[in-house]
Parts: sequence; C-alpha cells; structure tokens
Amino acid sequence: MNRNARYLLFFAGGALVAVLFAWAALGMPSFGSTFHPYRDLAVPAAVAHGTANVVSAINFDQRAFDTLGEETIFFGSVIGAAALLRPSKEEREQTSGHGHAKQVMASTRFAGYVLLPLTLVVGFDVVAHGHLTPGGGFQGGVVLATGVHLVYVAGSYDALERVRSVHVYEYAEVVGALGYLGLGFAGLAIAGSYLANVIPYSGFGQLVSAGNVEVLNFAVGIEVSAGVVVMLAHFLEQAIVLRGGAEA
Amino acid sequence: MNDIVLIIALTLVAVGGTTVVMTNAPERQAVTLGLYGVLLTLLFFALKAPDVALSQLAVGTAFVPLMVMLAIRRIRGGRS
Amino acid sequence: MSYYPYFVAGWLLLVGAFGIVRSRNLVHAVVSLSVSQSGTYVLLLTIGYQRHATAPVFGSTSKPNLKVVDPVVQALTLTDIVVSATVTALLLALAIQIGKRHGTVDPDQLSALEG
Repeated sequence: MNRNARYLLFFAGGALVAVLFAWAALGMPSFGSTFHPYRDLAVPAAVAHGTANVVSAINFDQRAFDTLGEETIFFGSVIGAAALLRPSKEEREQTSGHGHAKQVMASTRFAGYVLLPLTLVVGFDVVAHGHLTPGGGFQGGVVLATGVHLVYVAGSYDALERVRSVHVYEYAEVVGALGYLGLGFAGLAIAGSYLANVIPYSGFGQLVSAGNVEVLNFAVGIEVSAGVVVMLAHFLEQAIVLRGGAEA
Repeated sequence: MNDIVLIIALTLVAVGGTTVVMTNAPERQAVTLGLYGVLLTLLFFALKAPDVALSQLAVGTAFVPLMVMLAIRRIRGGRS
Repeated sequence: MSYYPYFVAGWLLLVGAFGIVRSRNLVHAVVSLSVSQSGTYVLLLTIGYQRHATAPVFGSTSKPNLKVVDPVVQALTLTDIVVSATVTALLLALAIQIGKRHGTVDPDQLSALEG
C-alpha cells in the first residue's frame, strides 16, 4: 500500500483511538485521587512479610509468578538476538583482525579506572539492598552489565574480550534463571504453593529480612546482568569485528 | 507546588517524545532518545516512583542508545 | 490538571504510532515503538499517583503507613522497562538481519515476501 493510503488509514484509526481514549480517560478517577484499593491491600501484606520496599515485595513475593514470566521473556529475547546475530559462514571467514585501538584520551582512561570498580560496587549494592531501598535485581543487573563495558569505553575491544568470555556469562544467565525456578519449587515443597515465601522473614528494615525477596533478587540480578552482557557482546561483535573495518 | 513540577515534567515529556519521533536520522535519534530517557526519569521522580526512575535511568540512557548506535553502524558497514 | 496526565500518555502512544507509520528506516521505527511504550508507563504511573503521598518505601524516617502512592502499578512498570528494552534489542537484531539480506532497511522497498 502506498504512503498516502497508509497515512489515511492511520489518521482514521488514530482519530477513533483518540476519541475512545478521551472518553475512557474522562471516566477514570481524577489524577491524584485517594481511591487506590490495591495499595490498601498490598502495603499491609508487604509489611507483614517484613519487606521495607513494597514494590520489591510485590515483584518477588506477592506476584512472584509474574516476575518469573518477565524474566523468561528476557531470557527468550537474549536467545533470539543471539540466534539472529550469529555470524554466517561468509562472515566467519572474513573476520579480519579488528586492528589496534585508536588512542583513548588519558582523561577517559582515568575516568574508566576510577569508575569501573565504583560502578561494580554500586551495582552489587543496588541488587543486595533491593528489599530495603529502591533497587533490586533488574536495575542492579543493568548497572553491573554496563559497568563491565566501561572496560571497552576506557580501553579497547581487545581488552574487553580478554576480560569477558561470553561462555561464562551464558552459563551464569542459565544459573540465575534456574535459581529462580528452583526456589519456587522449594516453596512448593515446604509450604504447598509455588514461590511461597519460605525463608524466614523476621525483622523489618534489617539486611536479613523479607525472606524470599532477597534470594530472588540475587537470582534475577545474576540473570539480568549476564543476559545484558551476552546481548551487548553479540551486538559489539557484529558492529566492530565483522564490519571489516580497521577500527576498534 | 508539586502540581506545577508535574505539569512542567509532563509537558517536557510530551515535547521530548514528539522530538524523538520527528528526528529522521537514526543516529541522531539515539542521542535524542537518551535525552528523552532522562526527561522520563525526572517525571518518574516527580510521580514519587524511585524504583521505576532508577530502572529507566539505567536502561534508557546507557543500554538502548548504545544498541541503536551499534545496529546503525552494522547496517551501514554491511552495505558499504 | 485532573485529566492532563492521561492525555499526555495518549499523545505519546499516538505519536509513537505515527512515527512508525511515516518512518523510512526500520531503526527509526523501532525507536518510535520505544516512545509508544513509554506512553503506557506514564499512564500506569499517573493512575497510581496520590497528592501529598510519599514513595512506597519505608525506612527509619517513615514508618509503615497507608499514605503512599500505589506500589502495584510501579511494580508492573519497573519490570516492563527492562524487558521492553531487551525486546527492542531483539527487534534491532532483526533489522540488522534484514539489512544484511536485502541490502536496505527502507520499509517501502521491502515489499516482497520471498518464499
């Protein structure tokens, strides 16, 4: 269909969607109202299980099964991207050396030296304190993975390849996903329902509290960080190694 | 007071989204997308959602623009 | 102000869709899809907001109380952001493959479905 027909169809459909949306939006509770029935149920349930961060409690305790689904989507996307980006036979034969690194500015390299350990520590902190402060496995995992790639920003692609062997990260991703599944089965065995909160959760606001939420945070953190590293590894390989250029 | 902050943040997000869509060159879109991610983070903070803001900041300013740039480079390089 | 945030969310959704319709480059279309997805985040979070309420995190300075914004929609949005970024990566990988096979990423020239 040519462009004009496409525009016409979009404007007709878009106008209909806009009218329906406006009609629905005007029927909703006004912005900033006090009518939140889910909150009235979720906050006491989270506090009863000793979790200070209610959002983490919802993700990993009350609706942990949905988070299992989300991380499976994540896992599947990483596999899909890896499958799509694997080098074809011609590309594997033309893998020329990716040359020497262009000179990195001294200030960039210094910033990389300083920021790399800092970012890794901050990433671990965000994962480990997910049940107490804003954070958790998903956010901390992304911070960790991008922290590892500071080696590439401040150094060269060769340095990154030496530091990160993709196989280790692929296995780590599987370990994270299986850890989540396994803890769910432990809940099934001990308490009779999948992903029930079985680890003791006394204390409120302490580092060891909130039961399942901590351990599931670690599992998701491992999986997300390893998955992001694997995905970026495939993209970097395509863009830098297989391009046939001489830059790193 | 917070209402004014919210109105400004929402308007900035609407303008930012329109700018990202109206930028035609994909390599420029990567930069605009990063900036839009920061605007979204500010909006999420104003809406009292620190978890979501942290997530959007980590993902939208480092991960997605990097992948967009790598994809563009691969597509251009493969063709030339 | 009572309904302005919902309209901003609807605007983002439609503007993202418009970007997909008018794009001449698959990577541009993927980024416009990302803008559309952010419209849903804004809608979810603005539904859960309450005036003069705080963030749903308790610590030493705020004891557990019910005057917080809705945490359920925040939990939904939070995982959605990370997972959608990964799906965007999958779409970009697809665009790279299309570029390799057909030599172009212009949607108008990719019309033939080859068997």
